Amino acid sequence: MSDKSQRIGEIIAAHAHEEGPLLPILHDIQHEFGCVDAETEEMLAKGLNLTRADIHGVVSFYHDYTPEADPRPVVQICRAEACKANGVEQLMGAAEAAAGGRVKLSTVYCLGLCSAGPAARTGDDLHIRLDEKAITKLIENV
Amino acid sequence: MTLVKISDDALALAGGADKLAKAFEDKGCEVHRTSSWGMQWLEPMVEIDGKGFGPATLDDVDAILDGSSDKGIGVIEEHPFIARQQRLTFARAGKTRPTSIDDYEDTGGWQAWKRVRTMEPAAVIEEVLASGLRGRGGAGFPTGIKWKTVAEAKSDRKYIVVNADEGDSGTFADRMLMEGDPYQLIEGMAIAAYAVGAQTAYIYTRSEYPHAIAKMEEAIRRAEPIIAPLHMEVRMGAGAYVCGEETSLLNSLEGKRGEVRAKPPLPALEGFMGKPTVVNNVLTIAAIPHILAEGGAEEYARLGVDRSKGTMPIQLAGNIKHGGLFEVAFGLPLGELVNEIGGGTFTGKPVKAVQVGGPLGAYIHPDQFDLVFGYEEFAAADALIGHAGITVFDESVDMGEMARFAMEFCAAESCGKCTPCRIGAVRGVEVIDRIRTGGRQRDILELRPQMHNTTKDKGREAAEEVGLLTDLCETMKFGSLCALGGFTPYPVMSALKHWPQDFFGESEVPAEMAD
Repeated sequence: MSDKSQRIGEIIAAHAHEEGPLLPILHDIQHEFGCVDAETEEMLAKGLNLTRADIHGVVSFYHDYTPEADPRPVVQICRAEACKANGVEQLMGAAEAAAGGRVKLSTVYCLGLCSAGPAARTGDDLHIRLDEKAITKLIENV
Repeated sequence: MTLVKISDDALALAGGADKLAKAFEDKGCEVHRTSSWGMQWLEPMVEIDGKGFGPATLDDVDAILDGSSDKGIGVIEEHPFIARQQRLTFARAGKTRPTSIDDYEDTGGWQAWKRVRTMEPAAVIEEVLASGLRGRGGAGFPTGIKWKTVAEAKSDRKYIVVNADEGDSGTFADRMLMEGDPYQLIEGMAIAAYAVGAQTAYIYTRSEYPHAIAKMEEAIRRAEPIIAPLHMEVRMGAGAYVCGEETSLLNSLEGKRGEVRAKPPLPALEGFMGKPTVVNNVLTIAAIPHILAEGGAEEYARLGVDRSKGTMPIQLAGNIKHGGLFEVAFGLPLGELVNEIGGGTFTGKPVKAVQVGGPLGAYIHPDQFDLVFGYEEFAAADALIGHAGITVFDESVDMGEMARFAMEFCAAESCGKCTPCRIGAVRGVEVIDRIRTGGRQRDILELRPQMHNTTKDKGREAAEEVGLLTDLCETMKFGSLCALGGFTPYPVMSALKHWPQDFFGESEVPAEMAD
């Protein structure tokens, strides 16, 4: 048994007592391995006595689970209405230029900081009242 | 030693509250990390002896301590933004340390829970009915009736599910409540569970709210002996907006794709795992401890207008000068909320539009600012209050672009279950693009002689595309299973109605649409 399948077995066991444990399990796997890939889906199907289609259906539905790990650091930028009202779209050019190929920019719809946008998130750190200079600095330092 | 209060709400943290707190500690002050007052334009705010200073930076520390700071706003409770509110659900905001169970108890916490346990469950539900409380998630369904349905259902297991999947842009009250007063939510859940006979309670929240999750989990651990034998758990979503819809949320909680279920069966009868389930919004449940305190229901029912009873935590967001949380009884005119309380736009330019109720809410023109804040009043104006988020836009906004975004958002977040939403939203983006570029030419298929319904000599003009968009919106409105597809037409059609020049260009507005 490989290390990975053993670890996945442990994660499944840790959630065995929960009702509807699949999302908590997938969160743990995404967190630990950076993705939920095809191999993992098969292991999960076996471990949870579901079909691989069941697992893949869930994994592919949610934005938080990715099929491949991306080694780049991520900056999540909110581009929902309230941040648009505060001009996030005008910052995207500078953000993309600063990110280049090194940083992954991902769009989120709302970080709940809607009176102080444009807002962004890196890991568990939040950033508000961003202007061109601040977002460039944020992306360069991530 | 000087006692300094600085919030540890996510917005204050984003503004640098941790470093600020450290700086005051280094100066020998005692620092309490409290919840946020909700005056978000002042965050991070520093409170000393009831007086506020903000937005504070590290450079302000010395000046605040020696009394020479020019960032003072005076006594916080006397500030007009706070003094004009009627805070029931957010009564503790700014005053207590969120996860301190002592602070909670000292400010009236657990009193309703103690009182409720001397009552019959049916009597608890009667009081909720009498308060007139309606679901704060947007639909406005009477909470007491929902509880009664679950209480009367026969089942070996029942559930409470708190919908904390606050995905609407312009809303943050659920987040503030979970981060600022988690025990109140726990108390409300315990009362709900007692009233309907549930054994387990879940809070389903968003992965975008890590601070709220951490605070709730800590509070649940500490409150365990008080609420036993009720089992309580926080569950984290995975970035799907549609999971804020109750049936989709239940599927997600069960570990399935977050697809919407057809109703009936109602979740109250066949909800989580097919068992009777109360699904209530955070703000609904958080209002419960106040209502179930002695005489609380009557006080609640006295506030508000018409059938919109009690208070609503309104969230002022977007391009606004004084953004934040404003809890007040229903019945204030929208214009007063935006211009007087919110102070107009942050940029100082005239307000062009406000969107009430998140991405699915209508865009409202300043001409309609006499609209009174209430469920029925908004419905009559083809708008909705939703979760009571108000997003303000100044004149630089392109409403055609916002209408397009509404469709684009629906397409990105559709669960895919029903056709009007899944396909309609994609087609909606295309039609709006065609309107904005002046219609389109006939394609090769339409030019075939067999297609005898299409005119061959000219393309489809922008005005004709409007007919198509109107039809599409009708189909989405009446043919979708849930509010995502069903309400996306609100922002689209209201933008088209009030700002046609943003779709056609100033000179090209069709005569029948110009007003």
